[in-house]
Amino acid sequence: MTIRATVRAADHKGRADLADRLFVNGGQWSMLILLVLAVMLPLLAMLWRGLVGDPAQGGGLAAATELFGSANFRWLLGNSVTSALCVALIVVPLAYGFAYALQRTCVPGKGMWRGISLLPLLAPSMLPGIALIYLFGNQGVLREWIPGNIYGFWGIVLGQAIYTFPHALMVLLSALALADARLFDAASSMGASPWRAFRSITWPGSRQGVFAAACLVFTLCITDFGVPVVVGGDYQTLALEAYKAVLGQQQFGRGALIGLFLLVPALLSFAVDLWLRRRQRDALSGRAQPYHATPQRGRDASFLLLVVTICAVLLGVFGMAVYSSLVKFWPYDLSLSLHNYAFSELPGGWLAYRNSLALACACALFGSVLIFTGSYLLEKTRQTPLTQVLRLLCFIPMAVPGLVLGLGYVFFFNLPANPLHGLYGSLTLLVICTVAHFLTTAQMTAAAALRQLDGEFEAAALSLKVPLLRHFLRVTLPICLPALLDIVRYLFVSAMTTVSAVIFLYSPDTVLASVAVLNMDDAGNVGGAAAMSTLILLTSAGVSLLLAGASRGLLRRSQAWRGAPAH
Amino acid sequence: MFKRIAFAAGLFAAGVLPAQAATELTVYTALEVEQLKPYQQAFEKQNPDIRIKWVRDSTGIVTAKLLAEKDRPQADVVWGLAGSSLAVLKQQGMLEPYAPSSLDRIGAHYRDSANPPAWVGMDVWAASICFNTIEAEKQGLPKPTKWEDLADPIYRGKIVMPNPASSGTGYLDVSAWLQTFGEEGGWAYMDKLHQNIGQYTHSGSKPCKQAAAGEFPIGISFEYPAIQLKRKGAPLDIVLPKEGLGWEIEATALIKGSPHLDAAKKLADFSASREAMDLYKANFAVLAQPGIAERFQELPADYEQRLIKNDFDWASENRDRILAEWRKRYDGKSEAVSR
Repeated sequence: MTIRATVRAADHKGRADLADRLFVNGGQWSMLILLVLAVMLPLLAMLWRGLVGDPAQGGGLAAATELFGSANFRWLLGNSVTSALCVALIVVPLAYGFAYALQRTCVPGKGMWRGISLLPLLAPSMLPGIALIYLFGNQGVLREWIPGNIYGFWGIVLGQAIYTFPHALMVLLSALALADARLFDAASSMGASPWRAFRSITWPGSRQGVFAAACLVFTLCITDFGVPVVVGGDYQTLALEAYKAVLGQQQFGRGALIGLFLLVPALLSFAVDLWLRRRQRDALSGRAQPYHATPQRGRDASFLLLVVTICAVLLGVFGMAVYSSLVKFWPYDLSLSLHNYAFSELPGGWLAYRNSLALACACALFGSVLIFTGSYLLEKTRQTPLTQVLRLLCFIPMAVPGLVLGLGYVFFFNLPANPLHGLYGSLTLLVICTVAHFLTTAQMTAAAALRQLDGEFEAAALSLKVPLLRHFLRVTLPICLPALLDIVRYLFVSAMTTVSAVIFLYSPDTVLASVAVLNMDDAGNVGGAAAMSTLILLTSAGVSLLLAGASRGLLRRSQAWRGAPAH
Repeated sequence: MFKRIAFAAGLFAAGVLPAQAATELTVYTALEVEQLKPYQQAFEKQNPDIRIKWVRDSTGIVTAKLLAEKDRPQADVVWGLAGSSLAVLKQQGMLEPYAPSSLDRIGAHYRDSANPPAWVGMDVWAASICFNTIEAEKQGLPKPTKWEDLADPIYRGKIVMPNPASSGTGYLDVSAWLQTFGEEGGWAYMDKLHQNIGQYTHSGSKPCKQAAAGEFPIGISFEYPAIQLKRKGAPLDIVLPKEGLGWEIEATALIKGSPHLDAAKKLADFSASREAMDLYKANFAVLAQPGIAERFQELPADYEQRLIKNDFDWASENRDRILAEWRKRYDGKSEAVSR
């Protein structure tokens, strides 16, 4: 009797073990295969195409030396670097002030300002450019405000400043999130002025964030072509040249070389950022007391002014884009009509918008499940060389600009010998590329949420002989639902707005809304481009609000334990 | 479970297969977007078993795409691409010569001279200047009447034209200036004109759209968008410069190696037919079949006589050289003109 029971238990245990091992090992190895296919091989294909590729298409070492040595290349590089530096110089201080206002002062209405500041994330990067034309173009409503015209250097700088502002802001918000109140108490009791306290406490604690934000803005600008293509005029940049070489002249080798070159600043700043972060890791000790700002009328009023000004600019720009999409015939007939939204008159009709919705839903659904499960397998299992490799691979997409990733996909998936060649031009490949492009941020969100959970949960599951997969589905997933919804929202919005990677990968059947914006602007249909951008903006905003509402509801219903007194 | 899957698969096949029975033709084109729908509908009505899948872009890009895909062509037919581009493809041996059923009615200038021809024309489009009267009055700009006028410094930063590397309209302008003024005179003219250009665009119709919106008062473009925009009420004058108009022929050709050659031939037949000409005449004032076109209110009666004597062989043989020279002179070397 007892023997049989023991055997059965052992058998059961064996099966549970097998299931666990299958879940953990199988999951990790499939992750490795996916990451190699979706990240590593495309990048290697680009390296190969650029350095040993066909000279007829502008590739190969001889072409590389000729390209990098040419006056034209130096001119393009100079343009790219100058405008990107200029954007970083404008955006980072403003975003720092904005983040400081939200984290370290008692400005009223913080939630609203924060919401407005994130507006540029909800639309493709062409939208600020289009709005600038209606504001400061030759027929713009504020034409007199700027000397000369908007096409060229200042158009690019202003457009990219708006486009990169929320990216810089998010980095700086987290850099300024935590501070030790005891240091400020000590400073004030020693009679230090607020400026002195800022210089010796706040600034050293946040300067790494400032560097990271500056690098992020610089990299985003140098690889963006959405703004230059709309308001660049004859001021050309490297990213635009890569785009023209591949799509305009089918010079794949030349595109690959420029792509490789654009990878350099991204990788460099990424490496320096990692090094700085490691040096600064232990700045906040376990005994630190969180700093809470106390009201100070003068300071709060001046920061409120800054915040309101920036928000007014953003609302003005985006409001202008929405308004211009509703105008009948700019600038001669300003009556309102919806005829710019009559996409059914165009070939393909609403196909682009439908495709974008499908892409965004697929990315949000499959991407979030895949990334969350993958993060679980990395965070809650024994660390092995395999998990280390997987962590590294998850990190790479952050350092790879979308333009470069998209080019890599062209080279890898368009190889006739590639058995996955059939995916080329399909919506499936667009989903894979988009998830890979936005992988790192989503994975970091998941990892942060998972690290908050005690490892004891897994130990309990193990001692209760619950298969790990069931534990993951029944316990971990419900607890982390808010983080999962965050990932869903991030992937959805990113997929709706992205152009840089997908522009090289779509086919007539899988054209996307963001690509349609670019194409309509190219053909001179600026009203239609504004209308499609507005539609993307409204969709992203609607879905974001919906998910935020769902997340709040969930928090109230199923996450009540979070508020319960711990310990 | 298995049964259910098999049943679903059967249903799926039943739903999909009849649709697959129709031949799908991949058609590359540089036609204006709004022209595609009526052309497609008329053709598919005549040939209900053939479906058209469009791949549309500007002339330069469609040409580059076709050349890049030379070893593994994706297109079955090209319907609506510049004759000079098709001549380049012919030199590369990429076209399948074919005499469509109504070839005898096509004008001798408007088809490839070989027999059977590698490409057959549809209609003619020609350079014209879109001139915004409201902005001109506001900014005190005189109305130009010749190409030479556009080199006048009073137009500095006021003119937009298409980039010849990506736009067929841009290339016909450049090749016409080189033919009318001679090589040396042509480049000298463009050097002066370049000083006045506010922007080079990627598409050939965008300059006219920008002129219509007053974004730039003068757009070097072609007559089709000018007429369409004028009919919509844009404050435009269509200027046809006195020295003569560069022009191009929009034409149709079959791609060698297409697996759907029979269906492709039907499209070539349709493109040269009377029914198709009746569609083209709504958009163009000069057609490949003489005697069908109607006069456009917006254009003078002697419009066809204003076209220059265009040497297509020269234009296509020298295309690479001219574009390389153009890029060297004006693309990417200049600072933004606006600054």
